[in-house]
Order: sequence, then C-alpha cells, then structure tokens
Amino acid sequence: MVKVTIDGITVEVAAGSTILQAAEQAGVEIPRFCYHERLSIAGNCRMCLVEVEKTPPKPIASCGYPVAEGMVVHTDTPMVRNARRGVMEFLLINHPLDCPICDQGGECDLQDQAMGYGMDHSRYAENKRAVPDKNLGPLVKTSMNRCIHCTRCIRFITEVAGVPDLGATARGEHMEVGTYVEKALGSELSGNIIDLCPVGALTSKPYAFVARPWELAKVDSVDVLDAVGTNIRIDARGPEVLRILPRINEDVNEEWLGDKSRFAIDGLKRRRLDRPWVRENGKLRAATWTEAFDAIAAKLKPLKGEQIGAIAGDLCDAESMLALKDLFVRLGSTNLDCRQDGAKLDASRRDFYCFNTSISGIDEADAILIVGSNPRKEAPVLNARIRKRWASSGAVIGVIGDAADLTYPATHLGAGPSVLKDLQSDSHDFAKVLAAAKKPMIIVGQGALARPDGSAVLAAAWRLAAHVGALSSEWHGFNVLHTAASRVGALDLGFVPGPNGKTLDAMLGGGVEFLWLLGADGFDASHVGAGTFVVYQGHHGDAGAHRADVILPGAAYTEKSGTYVNTEGRAQRGFKAVYAPGEAREDWTILRAFSAVIGKTLPYDTIDALRARLEQVNPVFGRVGFLPRFGCSDHTGPAGDPTVLSAAPFVSAVTNYYQTDPISRASPTMAACVAAQAAPALAAE
Amino acid sequence: MAFIDRTARSLLLGELVSGLGLTLRYFFKRKATINYPYEKGPISPRFKGEHALRRYPNGEERCIACKLCEAICPAQAITIEAEPRDDGSRRTTRYDIDMTKCIYCGLCEEACPVDAIVEGPNFEFATETREELMYNKDKLLENGDRWEPELARRLELDAPYR
Repeated sequence: MVKVTIDGITVEVAAGSTILQAAEQAGVEIPRFCYHERLSIAGNCRMCLVEVEKTPPKPIASCGYPVAEGMVVHTDTPMVRNARRGVMEFLLINHPLDCPICDQGGECDLQDQAMGYGMDHSRYAENKRAVPDKNLGPLVKTSMNRCIHCTRCIRFITEVAGVPDLGATARGEHMEVGTYVEKALGSELSGNIIDLCPVGALTSKPYAFVARPWELAKVDSVDVLDAVGTNIRIDARGPEVLRILPRINEDVNEEWLGDKSRFAIDGLKRRRLDRPWVRENGKLRAATWTEAFDAIAAKLKPLKGEQIGAIAGDLCDAESMLALKDLFVRLGSTNLDCRQDGAKLDASRRDFYCFNTSISGIDEADAILIVGSNPRKEAPVLNARIRKRWASSGAVIGVIGDAADLTYPATHLGAGPSVLKDLQSDSHDFAKVLAAAKKPMIIVGQGALARPDGSAVLAAAWRLAAHVGALSSEWHGFNVLHTAASRVGALDLGFVPGPNGKTLDAMLGGGVEFLWLLGADGFDASHVGAGTFVVYQGHHGDAGAHRADVILPGAAYTEKSGTYVNTEGRAQRGFKAVYAPGEAREDWTILRAFSAVIGKTLPYDTIDALRARLEQVNPVFGRVGFLPRFGCSDHTGPAGDPTVLSAAPFVSAVTNYYQTDPISRASPTMAACVAAQAAPALAAE
Repeated sequence: MAFIDRTARSLLLGELVSGLGLTLRYFFKRKATINYPYEKGPISPRFKGEHALRRYPNGEERCIACKLCEAICPAQAITIEAEPRDDGSRRTTRYDIDMTKCIYCGLCEEACPVDAIVEGPNFEFATETREELMYNKDKLLENGDRWEPELARRLELDAPYR
C-alpha cells in the first residue's frame, strides 16, 4: 500500500494504482473522457490533467500516472484548471454544435464538462472537420463528426467483447473510427459502446430522436431474455418502454448488457394480447374476463386432477408460477412442468441445476470445460466474464459441442458425449489440464441436457467434476448454464411433476384433457393433443396463443413486479415500469381471481402475502440479490446412468441469438439484426 | 372669517364650476379610449401573444425536436414527440401546446435554439370551446405561416437586446 495526498486528503491505495484511481478513493472527482475503469488505459483525451508536487512543473495525465509513496497531488490549482480549459478548447475545435439535435444531449460527458471548463465562445473561425458517418448495423447509429477519439468503443469491442471489428484509421486530425470495410458489428454486446461513448458519436438507432433523458421515468428491474439476470434500468415515458440500460452489479453483469436484452423492447408493443379471447366454433372471439373464466371453469369442473396439467414458460416470474402451482395442487394435480425444451434437469438438489461457481466465481477459475453450450449466444454477458478471465490469467478453456467462435481461444475437444467418457478415463489430453487445475469449472449447457440422454450427460458431467476435483468444500465447479430466466426459480419452487405427475412429453399428445400454459411458447404447440383444452396465459400472441382455446392476457416483465432467479440461483426483483396494455393484468392476480371463480381461493390477496408464501416454499426467495457461495460436500451425483451416453453431437440450445422468446420474436429490431447477421456487408439502410 | 369664506364658496357653487371646468377641458382633449376591435393599441415587439412555429424561407420547418421548450415550460403546457423523418433528420411528429395551461411567460421562445417557437403579436384567439385551445403542430405552423412577416420583424427589432 502507498500513501498519497490528494487535495489535502490522505489515502492509502494499492501500489501500482494510478492517480485517478487514488483520487476516486479520496472522493475527488477528476474529469475524464477516455479513461474507463473496465477498459485498458489509453491516456489520449488529456482531460484528467493534475499537478503533482516535486515533479517538473507541467500537468500530468492522472489516468496513466502511477502513484508513489508520499506523492502530493493537486487537482484544482489555477495551472490545472487552465490546462483542462485548454484541452476542452481543443476538443471543441472540431466538435459540432449539435447538442439540440444530438441524442446524447442531457447525458453527455462533453456537455457536462464543458460547463466546467468550456469557454462561452469559440476562437476558431476555420471550418470544422467533416467525417462521413459509418454504418455499424441496425443497432448503433453513428455521427462521426462528434467523435473526440477517446477510443473507448474500440477498446471495449476488442478487449471486453472480443470481436475486433472497430479500429482507427489514419492519425491526427484525419483519424477516423470505423470498421475498415463497412459491415454490421458482429458482437452480441455491441450496444454497450453506446453507453461508453462520452459524446453523441455512437447512439442507439432504434431510440434515435425519440426522447430526452429528463423525460423518462427510471425503474430498476431484471432482464429476463436470458438466464444471467442482468440488472437493468427501464426508462419509460407514459405507457411506453423507450429504452433499457444496464445497472452496475459487480457480481452479475458488471456494467454490460446483451443486445437482445437492450433492443428487443420494441417487441413489447407488438403482437400483444390486450384482452381475453375465447375459441368458439374453431375461431377465437374477443371476450370479457368473466366469459373467459366461465369458459375455463365449465371445462375444468368435470375433470379429475390427473387429467389436467400446467406448463410454465421461460419468462415467468416466480410469484405467478407459485400461484399456478398452488392452484393446481388445490385441484389435485401434480402434472406440472417448466422444462419446455425437455432438458433433463434434476430438481432434487439445488446444486444439480445451478451455476454453482457463481458468475463472479469465474474470475477465480483456472480451467473451464464447456459442455454442449455456446455461452456467446446463450449468455453473452457471462461469456464476456469468461473472456475476461482468459485475458487476465490465461485460464484454459475446452469445449465439447459446436466448434463456435466464443471470442476467446477454446480447445475444441469433440462434438459428442463420448469425450466426457474419455476425460473420465483420463485418456484425453484435456483431462490433465483439468486435473492440474486448482479451480476447474465445468459448464453444462441446455444443449447437452435437452436430449434423450440428457440425464446421463448431467450425471456424467457431475461424475467428471468429482473426478477432476472440481467439487471440494471450498470450490463448487459444477455449473448448469440456463437459457430461460424463469427456469431456476421454477425448479426452486418445485414446478416439476410431483408423485405420479406427468412430464411435458407425457402431457402432450393427449396425455391430459386440460392444459394451462403460463407464457409457454417454447415447445411445438402442434404436439398438444387435438382434444386437449388449452388455456394460454401470457403477453404475446405467439405459438402458445395460436393453439389456445382461451387466452388470458398477462403482463410482460416490464409491466409487473416480480422475482426472478438467475442461473446462479440468485433471486432478484424487478419492479413495474409501465402498466400492461388494455385489459391485461399482472399474472398472479389473474390466477388469484380465477381461483375464486372455481371456489379454490388462493390464500393471498397482496403481492407481499404471496412473497411471504414464496419464502415459505423456499427460503431462497427471501434472499433477494444475495447469493452465498458454497462448496460441495456431498458428491452423490444426480439421477441418471452416466454410462448410457448416445453418440449424437451436442447442439447449442440457442442458434439464433436475436430471436429466442416471444418478445424478441415480435421485435422488428431483432429481425433487422438477424438480417444483418446473415449478410453483414449488406447492412446498409 | 373662515366661516364667511366657506359660506360664500358654497353659495357661489365653486366646486361645481371647477368640476364642470375639468369636464370641459377633457371634452376638447384627444380621447384615450379606442374603438376596439376597429382600432387597436400599440404593442411592443416583445409582446407575448399567441404561439407560432416558424419555417425557414425555403419552407423547411425550423423545429428540430430538441425539446428544450418542453423542458423549460413552467406550466408543462408543451408536449413533443419526435422520430427521424424519412430523410433522417430530427423532426417532431407531435407538437402540442395546451393554451389553457400556458402562462405566456415566453420561456419557450427564450429556450429555442433555432427561433422556431415564438410568441407572436396576436392576442385575439379566444375560442368558443376549450378543445380549440389545444393547439397541435398543424395549427402552430399555420400560425407561423400567417404571421411570418410580423414575427420576423419583431425578432429583428428585439435582436439588439438579446
């Protein structure tokens, strides 16, 4: 540790820190454009100049200057202020006076800092530099005249996203940031460069000119379009969600957000179910809530418990799933399933289906084996974490399954489960790597589990984890990477077939007379038996709603307050940002109202009472935002014979990253992304 | 003595005569009243009357949807929605002023970076129904087109003091 004095405040900082980091600890704010704590240091904007005693009398760029013992730093002397004013004047030589038409206006670093260091007039009469705008695809809008060459976007896309698409050509005044050859950005994290850009050079294309930051109501929530549980902030105006930004959570998403989660929100306005529908003579007709409830109740009355079933979808909150489960328990049914993709998950013990190492635990792993998953498509933010670990420590990564580009070098060990056998018997080279590793991780994707021999793969992966020492009292290296935001919560609630209960497959094809789909669109609805009466409760007119006999309009994740458990098993809570459209209601209230119609009233009238019940079912739901790390003391594996593996290769659960759920399928922006991905060079507007 | 003086004045109707004198004086003076609506009083170039959205001489609307007027409006009378126009420029799709909320402070005009929204010299826009006072973009642009010569002149006259 080193002692430094900054503006009279003495702080102790780690040796090797920079003055800017020390100032941050001391609570002294230093203006900056190019410095960002999660990117490498570039030192090219020169805004962070400070004065250091006993050095040559010149300003020093604090972002790249390491601290030394006894250093005395001044950040607010006349010399520093003048130097920063000079830098600001230089930056503004070529920056257009665009603020009224710039989307960054109101949340622009340059605007803010010009208030502190800018002049009220310009001393330059010369023409400003003109740079042609680049086309970076359907998500990022550019206005390159505004660029101040901080290179944050280049550093992000190269270092964090690992897709070196952006770079600078030429130098000095002729420098331009771009993609060399015009193409759409190939990263799933490209939206983050919009947040990083300190000026308005990179802005959001779908959000272009739509709103000003001061008009928006900001609500904290949790993303549900993948299972990472990214912390988000929903910006809404009136009844419309206008944009989604990441919130900082060091343990989950740092400060990144995947493109689907950020841009699929225009799907929330399309194909919405905003009123109940009842099928009559083969055609759906608009109905009232009473008619819809009566139609369901009439159908349900003569049926026995084993003749009815319920399936929970991928975007459901834990509250509504619990309400549905409680309702079906009261109706005497144990036919419940949440595994729409047919993944052979074992709900008997929590560490059989969680990402036990935790996402921040990736930062400690030294060897990672990915089985049947493409984390880049399934969980881009988590993939960035793996990449960060590879970049900082050179953790060795092996992949069984698709030989996809994961943005970091990964050894492709093979395509099918036979590799698991080879690793188990130490006949594979990678077995030595895993055995030598102190903290090995095995990540099992849904692609490895959603297949006939899924339970065997799960058991084999567990057995391998135990074999290579990934399961110890301090370290739990067995991980399941989910793709559905509701899945872990549903398993925690026990939304799986009870004693003598039917699984999803058994319920399809006429296995039950009555099927309640809670936002379930993830399986082929044509497999539902022709005579089965289907109730679809959800927010989008997707696969499930087309097959339904009665449609009950529910609320999307931005329209309800809900608890979601991410793939790690971390319960997180999202809050309501806008009201659901039309007659749609929050899902748990629909179930509560229906339970009263059939005389099986659920015992909760408020969301708090429901949450108390949730906590009673599983204490995990009481620990919102908090995740205890634990090792593994019991090496007994999940059910399944680890030897009966088939030869079929693993296929990742997500092939089309941009369209995985009803919301993103309804989104025109996501459709444009798919088109741009298919032909990146032709992405011109 | 004072008693005699007072009595003499009241008997000679002195107050009445001076009062009639005042009347007579004003009878021959120029009249202060005007024959509204056929005649109108002069108004300052800074007069804050009915709003208008102006255009450039080439017919292009000035407003660029920066929303500064909406932000500054103390009565929150302005509502703006915007999106890119087909040519990619930033334009409003909706520009509403609730004239019943407006307090005619002129801050919108002060805030506008392109002199698009202005308060013109017109103060005769009373309506028979409340709804007619909810101005939309078409109405405001129409106002701008109708009053443009006066609006431009007003801005020119006021420019030295801005």
